[in-house]
Amino acid sequence: MTEAILETRGLVKTYGALRASDGITLDLRPGEIHAVIGPNGAGKSTMIKQLSGNIAPDEGTVHFLGKDVTGLSTMARARMGLARTFQVSALAMEDTVLQNAVLGALGATSSPYRFFRPALKRAELRDRAMAALERMGLAGHAATVVSELSHGQRRQLEVAVALTLQPRAFLMDEPMAGLGGEGSQQLTSILDRLRAEAPILLIEHDMDAVFALADRISVLVYGRIVATGTVDEIRRSPEVRDAYLGDAE
Amino acid sequence: MSRERLLGAVVLLALGLVPLAAHLMGEPFTITLATRAAILALAAVGLNIALGLGGLVSLGHATFFGIGGYAMGILASHVQNYEPMFEWPVLFEGSTSMPVIWLVAVLASALVALLIGLLALRTSGVYFIMITLAFGQMFYFFSISWSRYGGEDGMSIYVRNGFPGLNTLDPIQFFGLCYAVLCLVLLGAHLLARSPFGLALGAARQSPDRVQAVGLDPKRLRLVGFVISGAITGLAGALFADLNRFVSPTMFSWQTSGEIMVFIILGGVGRLFGPVVGAAVFVMLEHWLGDMSEYWHIWLGVLLLAVVLFARGGLVGLIAGRERAHD
Repeated sequence: MTEAILETRGLVKTYGALRASDGITLDLRPGEIHAVIGPNGAGKSTMIKQLSGNIAPDEGTVHFLGKDVTGLSTMARARMGLARTFQVSALAMEDTVLQNAVLGALGATSSPYRFFRPALKRAELRDRAMAALERMGLAGHAATVVSELSHGQRRQLEVAVALTLQPRAFLMDEPMAGLGGEGSQQLTSILDRLRAEAPILLIEHDMDAVFALADRISVLVYGRIVATGTVDEIRRSPEVRDAYLGDAE
Repeated sequence: MSRERLLGAVVLLALGLVPLAAHLMGEPFTITLATRAAILALAAVGLNIALGLGGLVSLGHATFFGIGGYAMGILASHVQNYEPMFEWPVLFEGSTSMPVIWLVAVLASALVALLIGLLALRTSGVYFIMITLAFGQMFYFFSISWSRYGGEDGMSIYVRNGFPGLNTLDPIQFFGLCYAVLCLVLLGAHLLARSPFGLALGAARQSPDRVQAVGLDPKRLRLVGFVISGAITGLAGALFADLNRFVSPTMFSWQTSGEIMVFIILGGVGRLFGPVVGAAVFVMLEHWLGDMSEYWHIWLGVLLLAVVLFARGGLVGLIAGRERAHD
């Protein structure tokens, strides 16, 4: 078995009486898409925030690239190559598509404390940003202001900005959220190719996308991983049906 | 050339040509008004970096304006009164040289901005406004009680400080100096907004989560922006004191902070020439309406209300249309 890129051991996070994360242990291996599914309120967001460093776990550890990063900030993890996309697009809405991508390139490659030559005229930043935009099919919209993009294009830009980090792993929080059938299919085929570059921990509600993409699936219910396995194993698992798939609630 | 740049060029040209014409027609008072507008614009260009680019609503920029003013007043008063500022480790008699005064003003306001920023930037929104306001008031009351340097009466400096190669007491020459400083700082602000730093600070205002997610620290970006902003307003304060040859606690008052912010809102928040347009309109209104009635602020209030309600991009936005999308 190859060594995991990203790994959690026994993550616990409580809010009062609520155990939002109740001993989560999972790993992300090279080349795979590992999907985490679960009903609303299962603690998916809390989990991803502990992975990205936005909140600190009460117990347990997070390892990234073989290093214990539990105590590191979001910024430090991002600089190590952990790229996150947001459930609700967190983009600079007044800036252009290219400016948003250049911001990613800036974070990945250099110091922001340079005050004179324009960011967009710096070839090293611009090339990296344009390469990411081209891969997401946004190169033609480079000069468009983000607030004028469609919802689907914003979702693509989320991924493009993550790409500019040339990451070692992706954390994707519902990248398909709000996409229609066509947009969802398009993004599915992009993510499919992306896994070769860096593994993806994918939180997603769109089950078609999950079953099409995932190498492994973990099911999170009430802060616990109740099952982990291949797509077929998860589909067949009676536990999972009870807890989630067959559950109409 | 975009409409915004064209507007900027016209405004800057007008601000330069009006005093020149006044000089030729022998109307020094108009030159003084233009100088006042240029200096107030400079103060607002400083605040605009924090407010427009960084989204930091500072109601305490009078702190830096006043520090600049007192840097001038303290340095020059020692020379004026033949009392050395300190004798150890070297004899320092104060200074009446503008470059020295400016350097002290910029460094002192940057340092204070750093300290205020370290505290205030731990908060946001209303709390940030209140902390910056509180610091301004602390400096205000401190200056009132600091009798060594004039207390609440302030200090008069009888001779305008010098600049190598210029006769600064000649209104048109002093105007030229202030105008040149304004143009240089505008150029700097223009470059700053497009630089990697400007891009990152602007993004930290719009989406701090994103900035963190790409590995940058939004708090540190804001702190650096706040320091640059304070330093520029401090420089304006030193020039303002030299224009009036007088410095008093009023420079530290919260009304001063408010006025600097009004220039920006009037002209256009985050727009390069917003502070210039706002300060120029303010000075013109102050002069013309002030002649008619001492309650001229009412009309300023009406104008401000109209701009806020109907022209969110300020006067620059009204004339030049919607934002940028640079390059």
